Amino acid sequence: MIKVEGLTKRYDRFEAVRGIDFEVEKGQIVGFLGPNGAGKTTTMRILTCFMPPTEGKASVAGFDVMAQSMEVKKRIGYLPETPPLYPEMEVEEYLAFVGRLKGLPAAEIPKRVKQVSERCAIADVSNKLISKLSKGYRQRVGLAQALLHNPEVLVLDEPTAGLDPKQIHETRELIRSLAGQHTIILSTHILPEVEQTCDHVVIISKGKLVAKDSVQNLTSRLRGQETVSVEIGGNVGVDAAQQTLEKVPGAAKVAVREERDGRVVVEVDSKAGHSTRAAIARAVVNAGWDLHELKPASVSLEEIFLELTAQDGAPEAAPKK
Amino acid sequence: MRNVWTICRKELNSYFASPIAYLMMAMFAIIFGFFFWNIVGYFVAASLQAQMMGQPMPMDVNEMIIRPMLMNFSVVGLFLIPMITMRLFAEEKRQGTIELLLTSPVRDWDVILGKWLAALMLYAITLAICGLNFLFLFVHGNPDWKPLLVGLLGLLLQAGALLAVGTFISTLTKNQIIAGGVTFAVCLLLWIFEWVGGYETAAWARVMAYLSVVAHFEPFSKGVIDSKDAIYFVSLTYFGLFLAARSLETLRWRA
Repeated sequence: MIKVEGLTKRYDRFEAVRGIDFEVEKGQIVGFLGPNGAGKTTTMRILTCFMPPTEGKASVAGFDVMAQSMEVKKRIGYLPETPPLYPEMEVEEYLAFVGRLKGLPAAEIPKRVKQVSERCAIADVSNKLISKLSKGYRQRVGLAQALLHNPEVLVLDEPTAGLDPKQIHETRELIRSLAGQHTIILSTHILPEVEQTCDHVVIISKGKLVAKDSVQNLTSRLRGQETVSVEIGGNVGVDAAQQTLEKVPGAAKVAVREERDGRVVVEVDSKAGHSTRAAIARAVVNAGWDLHELKPASVSLEEIFLELTAQDGAPEAAPKK
Repeated sequence: MRNVWTICRKELNSYFASPIAYLMMAMFAIIFGFFFWNIVGYFVAASLQAQMMGQPMPMDVNEMIIRPMLMNFSVVGLFLIPMITMRLFAEEKRQGTIELLLTSPVRDWDVILGKWLAALMLYAITLAICGLNFLFLFVHGNPDWKPLLVGLLGLLLQAGALLAVGTFISTLTKNQIIAGGVTFAVCLLLWIFEWVGGYETAAWARVMAYLSVVAHFEPFSKGVIDSKDAIYFVSLTYFGLFLAARSLETLRWRA
């Protein structure tokens, strides 16, 4: 549905995006992940035909963003980082204007406005001035605007930025509910958002693509070796615990994390391809101690992200002038 | 065409949603009420004097009231132009709504034409309100209405050209004050360029004088439509809108 090849965007003396390639299948939700200033917004602006790329190609639904921008624009709903709202308009009036702008037939506009308002839970403010709305409502009006002409592709630039936790949850639910009918790209620098909402993830850093995969694959790829956290009770000596666990088959590294009230928390890294949980449980019980807790220390996208973005060189991490 | 109208309607709505439009119309109504009152006062005094002196001097309402009023509007209208155009694109850029306009399936030209048309309509409405003064002349006298219509047409042509220039300038910045200030400076320069023609006859001076807006408006105020003046205004309009379109295009490249 979306195809990006060798996309590069150069500003005066600054390369915001450097040769990015990725593809998005119909109906997928793709998280576009990267720290602030990684080039997410620039890429999205190119996809939505707001600006042309310096090099490379991008197409949406088979139409090139440069040569067939009108066709692309008809098929995309775009929510920029700051929702593009006119403060002096009322919500309903604004949506009707967007409907006309997107080329909806005049007779269909009131119906669509009503549908979208209900979907985005803004029906109760439809006669309010946009300047009087709270941040959460504004964001949802922005989302309603993007959905209005029922586009095949939705491009959402940080759709949950600045919302409170309840609104964030609702917005994510809404986005999830749109999957299937729409192909969605959403950018964010919040990792759990990607874990919760997206099927696929594209990670960029400093304008370069560092990873693209399904969320599941990416997490399990780095979970080849497993880390297990064990809490042992019953007057255990720290050294004794460490020695016992080091003897467990498959254990590569044992580190004591905490020691308090006769309890010890130890983290055991397994060798690649080994699962150590059962062996650890047996070893603890055989030694006559109490096993209070045994859980895999989960690898979050956060760690994956740090790992991946740290790879492309420490010197570059320093802020450039 | 539908897109142009969509933009134009939205633009007019936002003019009238804020106090800007009402304030402008009220200010100009007061200023032109004062002009009218003064010019009529002068006309009455002059005609009384003529009567007392027993001179059979013909008193021409068109020449003595309507024409100076039109010339005044042409000049004072220079203040109106930047007030109308400064927000057109600068505000969209500041609010970020430019992203909505430029990613919607409308052409840049639709957006520019729609905005320019809305600006011209606001100017025309203000002109119509100020023009209400002329009704007194028709109630109490018998002026010729044809030169008046030509004069009003001239004002609209002049405004169309300057509003196009203002629209272009508004695409260059996010800051409305800068857009307004620069537009005013350009309008004023386009007006006083004529002065050069007063003492210099070299080719460059003739070109500068030719560029002057007043020189082209003056015949209209006398009720004369000269095609060269009409062509000047229409081409300046096109030039301004053309620059605005190019500017939006570079905005995409730079943004």
